[in-house]
Amino acid sequence: MNGHRREGFVLAAATGIVGVTFGVLADAAGLTLPQVLVMSALVFTGASQLAAVSVVGSGGSEVAAVGSALLLAARNALYGPVVARLLPDSWLPKAASAQFVIDETTAMAVIQDDDAHAADAFWWTALWLWSFWNIGSIVGVWLGAVIGEPEVWGLDAAFPAAFVALLVPHLRHQPGRVAAFGGAALAVASIPIAPAGVPLLVAALAVVPGWLVGRRRSDEVST
Amino acid sequence: MSWTSIVVLVAGAFGCKLFGVFGLGRLAGGTTTRFEPLTALIPAALFAALITTQTVAGDQTLVLDARIVGVGAGAIAVWRRTPFVVVLLVAMAVTAAVRWQTWL
Repeated sequence: MNGHRREGFVLAAATGIVGVTFGVLADAAGLTLPQVLVMSALVFTGASQLAAVSVVGSGGSEVAAVGSALLLAARNALYGPVVARLLPDSWLPKAASAQFVIDETTAMAVIQDDDAHAADAFWWTALWLWSFWNIGSIVGVWLGAVIGEPEVWGLDAAFPAAFVALLVPHLRHQPGRVAAFGGAALAVASIPIAPAGVPLLVAALAVVPGWLVGRRRSDEVST
Repeated sequence: MSWTSIVVLVAGAFGCKLFGVFGLGRLAGGTTTRFEPLTALIPAALFAALITTQTVAGDQTLVLDARIVGVGAGAIAVWRRTPFVVVLLVAMAVTAAVRWQTWL
């Protein structure tokens, strides 16, 4: 396997374990297996699904559950402009491809050197991720009682650690470093004052200082 | 959860993705590449924010617990150029160990 396909596989396998967590929590919150299957196959954005079943599981209203899930899903819109050029040109296949535009697929695509590798990484990651996410969800529903508390296994650290590795290539140039540092700072500042999901949208504003730094540097080079 | 809520969630989540690819995507693709320098930085800003929220966010509070130790260990593994799968295992194992020892 190519390097990026292997990494996509590992990332998807780790996400599949998070899918088990989702299945466990969904089962505990009273969702049926068909409901879990429909969510994992069609919602297909992990943080949102976890948020929805956590809210319902802790006795919150369904409106609150859907609301917090959609706030977390909103960030996927920001990945659209990043990966749009890798997707098919005609609108129907493009619309279907949009389903797979999420954190993991975007991350694997953008660290490749050229568009051909980026598209390959996007699709292989999407394929593995969709498979593992759905299998993991079913396993979680079936084995919920055996697995117990997912946190005991440290599963919640796998996702952020994976993204540390996926962030590193973006830190090799100064605009990327400014955007990353700014994004982290804006997220920390907004976590206490905004519901989950919103800090990620606020963090996207950090592209502006990153862009300004890049423009100033290119001016220096050209003059 | 009711099926109605699930259908709304499916439609809303897909709607966000469609808006990104077709609405915002038009800014970056096609004839206008004016916004490309900005959109190219979205992954850097968002991934840093994802790491941060997944590591220190509680229920609208900042929480320092076993996750920060585990993700820190994972970051050291990344810095030491450890294979990807090992990075994930290190982060999970350290988080689990800290939790087991201290119930942080």
